[in-house]
Amino acid sequence: MAAAPFDIPALGDPAEHPVPALKPAAMAESKPYLAAAAHQEPLGFPGELEEGWEKHAIALMGDKLSKFRSLQVFMDICVKCGACTDKCHYFLGTGDPKNMPVARADLFRSVYRRYFTTAGKLTPGLVGARDMTRDVLDEWYNYFHQCSQCRRCSVFCPYGIDTAEISMAARDIMDSIGQGQKYCNEIIGKVHKIGNNLGLPAPALLDTLEGLEEDILDETGVPVKLPIDVAGAEVLLVTPSADFFAEPHVLGLIGYAKVFHAAGVSWTLSTKASEAGNFGMFIGNYEQMQKISMRIREAAQELGVKRIIFGECGHAWRVAYSFLNTLAGPWDFLDPRYPVPQHILEFTSDLIRRKGIKLDKSGNEGMVLTVHDSCNVARGARMGDRPGGQFTIPREVIIASVPKFVDMHPDTICDKTYCCGGGGGLLTDELIELRVKGASPRMEALKDVVDKQGVTHMAAMCAICKAQFTKILPYYDFDREMVVSVHQLVSNAILLGDND
Amino acid sequence: MTIFFAVLFSVSTLVLVAGLGLKIAQYARTPAPLKIPTTPAPLTRPGVALRLGREALLFESLFRGNKPLWLFAMIFHLGLAVVLIRHARYFEAHVGPLVALVQPLAMPAGLAMVAGLALLLARRFLIERVRYVTGPSDLLMLALLLAIGVSGLAMKGMVHTDIVAVKAFFTGLMGFELRPLPADPLLGLHLLLVCGLMIVFPFSKLLHAPGLFFSPTRNQTDTPREMRHLAPWAAKLEEKG
Repeated sequence: MAAAPFDIPALGDPAEHPVPALKPAAMAESKPYLAAAAHQEPLGFPGELEEGWEKHAIALMGDKLSKFRSLQVFMDICVKCGACTDKCHYFLGTGDPKNMPVARADLFRSVYRRYFTTAGKLTPGLVGARDMTRDVLDEWYNYFHQCSQCRRCSVFCPYGIDTAEISMAARDIMDSIGQGQKYCNEIIGKVHKIGNNLGLPAPALLDTLEGLEEDILDETGVPVKLPIDVAGAEVLLVTPSADFFAEPHVLGLIGYAKVFHAAGVSWTLSTKASEAGNFGMFIGNYEQMQKISMRIREAAQELGVKRIIFGECGHAWRVAYSFLNTLAGPWDFLDPRYPVPQHILEFTSDLIRRKGIKLDKSGNEGMVLTVHDSCNVARGARMGDRPGGQFTIPREVIIASVPKFVDMHPDTICDKTYCCGGGGGLLTDELIELRVKGASPRMEALKDVVDKQGVTHMAAMCAICKAQFTKILPYYDFDREMVVSVHQLVSNAILLGDND
Repeated sequence: MTIFFAVLFSVSTLVLVAGLGLKIAQYARTPAPLKIPTTPAPLTRPGVALRLGREALLFESLFRGNKPLWLFAMIFHLGLAVVLIRHARYFEAHVGPLVALVQPLAMPAGLAMVAGLALLLARRFLIERVRYVTGPSDLLMLALLLAIGVSGLAMKGMVHTDIVAVKAFFTGLMGFELRPLPADPLLGLHLLLVCGLMIVFPFSKLLHAPGLFFSPTRNQTDTPREMRHLAPWAAKLEEKG
């Protein structure tokens, strides 16, 4: 690995919970590229900061406070106890005190107090209330783009204060006054214009799928199909567009196709809904989130499917599981015997349990697996019919597919899992220092099981996690191919052709 | 002094009740448009009640997050709870069974409350991260509570006041009848600080007490696929199409 232009955090023992000393302003200069008018205006946001934006921002804040109970309550009830201060991966990786969740929230809360509370109006100094100024806006921009909305802080807060809610509100206000983030807004533009985050047009998509079918045929001798826009199919599969070509994502997509094939269930992708991701959540904009979700409803209706299944993607699964019914429901035109939507891991694990597919672990010979619980799956959603199914179901599928499985340190898995460091709309090259440093708590826990238990691979169930780890693993002297899709393991183990 | 405190207590009570009432009404009125429980979350309403009960009484999340802080917070809040129950004797003509039960715990509870507060205050200076997020109002709040606790303990243990007269004052006040309050400076200080606390309560972080029960990450069931959750403003948005 070429030397990075910044320090790579040293990895300690996860059992000792190393916490860095404060390094004020360590990440003060870290910020994503600003959205240009061309990225802002198609979403209905002003192209640039306009005269009087301060007043507008405060009006927008008032509107948010009246529409989101989470925001109103979280603004009032923090006691500054500090239980969250050592929980954020970005703080642990950078030492910047403004990456402590309470300090990040205070960037917003200080303005709330100034304009919306008696104490802040009368005695601003006493309660840390601040006017909305250019400096405050810049600080918002930089530090609310150093939060991946992973909700780890909300697990440990005695009142459940969720910094993700606050960073979403801040980003929506910034978008609405003309201070948007290029990465997210450009991508949302592509979803509306082309159908997916990566801007893959339909002909390219068809080509890619055909190529994959040929690859599978060459390798297995079995004609596994990857159908698209097939009306009357049983299942509509909605998957992150990275699954169509990025590695290891695409190996997971091949896995889904093999599972459908072996189970004998007819399925289809859709060019209209060729993206599971919903960056409307990252920018905290309800209308965008709804608009993006409606594509899936329209595709399901047009194709006349009976079920909707989502591929491996963390934030997409949160929006799908937790919000889709709200945003694009009701789903009364689908088969009521199945939850809407389902996760591909729910589908596969059910087949494994019912012996509807057969797996041969020797397909993954020599591999020792661990799993990275995706933050949005772990803390923002569920799988199966019991709380915590989002932890047991992926593990069941992995364990059924591989010879050996080991969990990482208990304080870094399940609902205590760390973000990969690239979630929440931060998976962009200009934030690479933040992404590398923010990944350090996960890398620490990974190194621990690699060194002590001989782990060779880490499975991920999220397109962003997979892309982030592929990029940052080498900074920590790991092989970039160490990260694998969960369904890649299924793909290697599944027995095709004798499913009678 | 009697008239002063009669007026002050009436005003403070009004501010506390009205202020809290308005805040609670605001929390209850504000819609939660999306299902955002921190998962794993309970699937049923009784499950949510249990989760909130564990948070309110056992500080479950804090226990997972920070053991020493959990201990300090427990010491303080348990002490405060006993002290508050015991103070009911100054407001009721006949002392109830619960008040009688905790009576022997009065002194240990008062000491626990003050010790808990002292520990909470100390960590605001000693732990770098906590020092960073501490503002003047956080220190003042602890100082106010400490002063209330210490002045109360001092009256209990050293400079006794005429508690029979104090009780007469409060039971009288509750029937809109003025009875004399002992003119002890320590009692005056104690009552003055308590009124201050009652007045700042609805405007301060003490709102964490009612607020916990309105926190969507803790009070929602995990049932988004089973039931469609739609806020009124979001439904209007849908109609507009």
